Amino acid sequence: MSNNASSFIAKSTIKSADLEHRRKINFNIGKYNATVPLGKQQFTDVMTARERAKNAKWRAIEHLDSYLEEFEKQITSRGAKVLWAETADDALNEIAKICDEKNCRTVVKSKSMVTEEIHLNDFLEKKGIESVETDLGEYIQQLDDEPPYHIVTPAMHKSKEDVAKLFADKLNVPGGLSPEELTLVARQKLREKYIQAEIGVTGANFIIADIGAVAVTENEGNARLSCAWPKTHIVIVGIEKMIPGMQDLALFWPLLSTYGTGQKVTVYNTIIAGPRQPGETDGPEEMYVILLDNGRTNLLSNPKTREALYCIRCGACLNACPVYKNIGGHSYETTYSGPIGSVITPHLKNIGEYKHLSYASSLCGNCTEVCAVKINLHELLLDNRHEAVLQGYSSLSERLAWKAWKTASLNRGMMNLGNGNMKNWVVNKVFKAWTQHHGALDFSKKTFNEMWKEKHATK
Amino acid sequence: MNVSIFIPCFIDQLYPAVAFDMVKVLEKAGCNVSYNTNQTCCGQPAFNAGFQGEAKDVCTKFLKDFGDAEYVVAPSASCVGFVRNYYGQLFDNSSVHNEVKSLGERTFEFSDFMVNVLQVDNVGARLNGKATYHDSCAALRECKLKKEPRQLLSNVQGLELVEMNDVETCCGFGGTFAVKFEPISIAMADQKINNAVSTDAQYLISTDMSCLMHLGGYIKNKGANLRVMHLAEVLANGWE
Repeated sequence: MSNNASSFIAKSTIKSADLEHRRKINFNIGKYNATVPLGKQQFTDVMTARERAKNAKWRAIEHLDSYLEEFEKQITSRGAKVLWAETADDALNEIAKICDEKNCRTVVKSKSMVTEEIHLNDFLEKKGIESVETDLGEYIQQLDDEPPYHIVTPAMHKSKEDVAKLFADKLNVPGGLSPEELTLVARQKLREKYIQAEIGVTGANFIIADIGAVAVTENEGNARLSCAWPKTHIVIVGIEKMIPGMQDLALFWPLLSTYGTGQKVTVYNTIIAGPRQPGETDGPEEMYVILLDNGRTNLLSNPKTREALYCIRCGACLNACPVYKNIGGHSYETTYSGPIGSVITPHLKNIGEYKHLSYASSLCGNCTEVCAVKINLHELLLDNRHEAVLQGYSSLSERLAWKAWKTASLNRGMMNLGNGNMKNWVVNKVFKAWTQHHGALDFSKKTFNEMWKEKHATK
Repeated sequence: MNVSIFIPCFIDQLYPAVAFDMVKVLEKAGCNVSYNTNQTCCGQPAFNAGFQGEAKDVCTKFLKDFGDAEYVVAPSASCVGFVRNYYGQLFDNSSVHNEVKSLGERTFEFSDFMVNVLQVDNVGARLNGKATYHDSCAALRECKLKKEPRQLLSNVQGLELVEMNDVETCCGFGGTFAVKFEPISIAMADQKINNAVSTDAQYLISTDMSCLMHLGGYIKNKGANLRVMHLAEVLANGWE
């Protein structure tokens, strides 16, 4: 078993038994479950909307090479610089160069999973640059020195009381503040940082090929401020965020909002097509877009897993996943948690080290049921399992067990061998994990097969 | 109607009474029930473990064992869902493509077959008490069955059916998942049982013995006052 797998089992064991964690998550996801149906009402036919979104993403991913070049051509013509990063290190090195050039001491950044993926905050901190999260949830997580718990709602596992206590501990404010008061505290602290920051960093929810722009979805206005106030704006975005055209946003914005939070559309949606243009009064002087691969082309090159790149990171599969709800986002120890994380992480990183995530699913299929762009998530988990076996990552004992299973399953006589007592002894000893919290299995003295034969022989 | 029954491997080994109850109900509903004594398993366990090669050999045997059947009926949505939805992938682009497709169309979960093929939803069963029904993921999402088992249960004399909270949430079985990731599986069972117990039901009924093996085992260990019953057991109860 890999170290990652052992650590996953240890962490998930603790969280599964943590009833206070269970209570908070069920409460917060309960609120999500109550609002999503209201958001869905804006679609006359939500199933068709999801299928159309899947088709648009199919087109974007099948022609990703030409769309990326089209994007580059368009946005470059308005003065933005496009940088291609094959790995996380490539992206970090480009950011370091820009920071050095600008003598940057402070970075304000909006919520972005891709910056989590490349560990941008750690990297900047080591360079002596303060990197400040400006999304309230991410700000809370940064104060608590924790990675985001969820790809959409980073502090989902914290109650309002937890946050009030955290602010009192870290920010020298009175304890027991209300959510409104806490928000005002954060707002005040963050405004100072915006004024200091030389560079604003954002992710992007969509790359728009035809007009050469990125689109950012948010609720707090912090992303718009991050890209508009500092003199330099850096966008870091995974290449799979592509959509063919601006018109597609009419579908993707409401879809992402509804599946992400139950909103019809989020409070702020911004299309950014370059730095400040001649004659314009607002916006950054310079804009960089870093297009990140970092393993995404592994998913692209495999026709089966390719559809995982359609993901718009709405988080619906996390909220729907009974495993996620029991073990929480941190047990995965990956940037992307929940079903989509278990599907893509083995390909982004390493199958041997992360295949356990594909097995850590009861295959209930609820992720596939709720996916905004209809990715067959639970079938992709099965494909990952198959891929792991094909690549030789199964253990010898597993291989022998399945060989024996096959032999028995091809030979009815073998399945009738031995009596129930003997099977009870063997199975309840072999599967000790089962009998830890289950009553012992009780094999029938005779199989149905034997009983049927006896009954019909005497007729 | 000629029905060839498929008895899943774990029902064959652990719960033969459930299989006999299904036979009893099908015969009462007028079916001519046959059982191919060569049958073993649908192949799903190895497939789900990633061992598709091993699974395919067993699936090929299943195809042979049931190729000629007019209808195949099984007391398990899990196995039926696998035959219907995954055999096509395994035998894609092969010479048996059409056979596989046709077999999928002739293979039914027990309650689906009763309600939608036989159009029988009352066999005169009786069971006194309060029951809650657990939607197995395979019945709900692989076979799209929601109303069929409830329709059958609503006609059981003496039985009061109450719905539990989060009824569509997985019970946590998931095959080898329950052994490999036992603590997660148990946490899921715990919530399922808490929801079932909150209804004050005496019986927890489902289409799938795999869920019930897991939940029943957990109940036995935890000591809740709840008895698991397969739908076939309920429908075979109270008449001879």
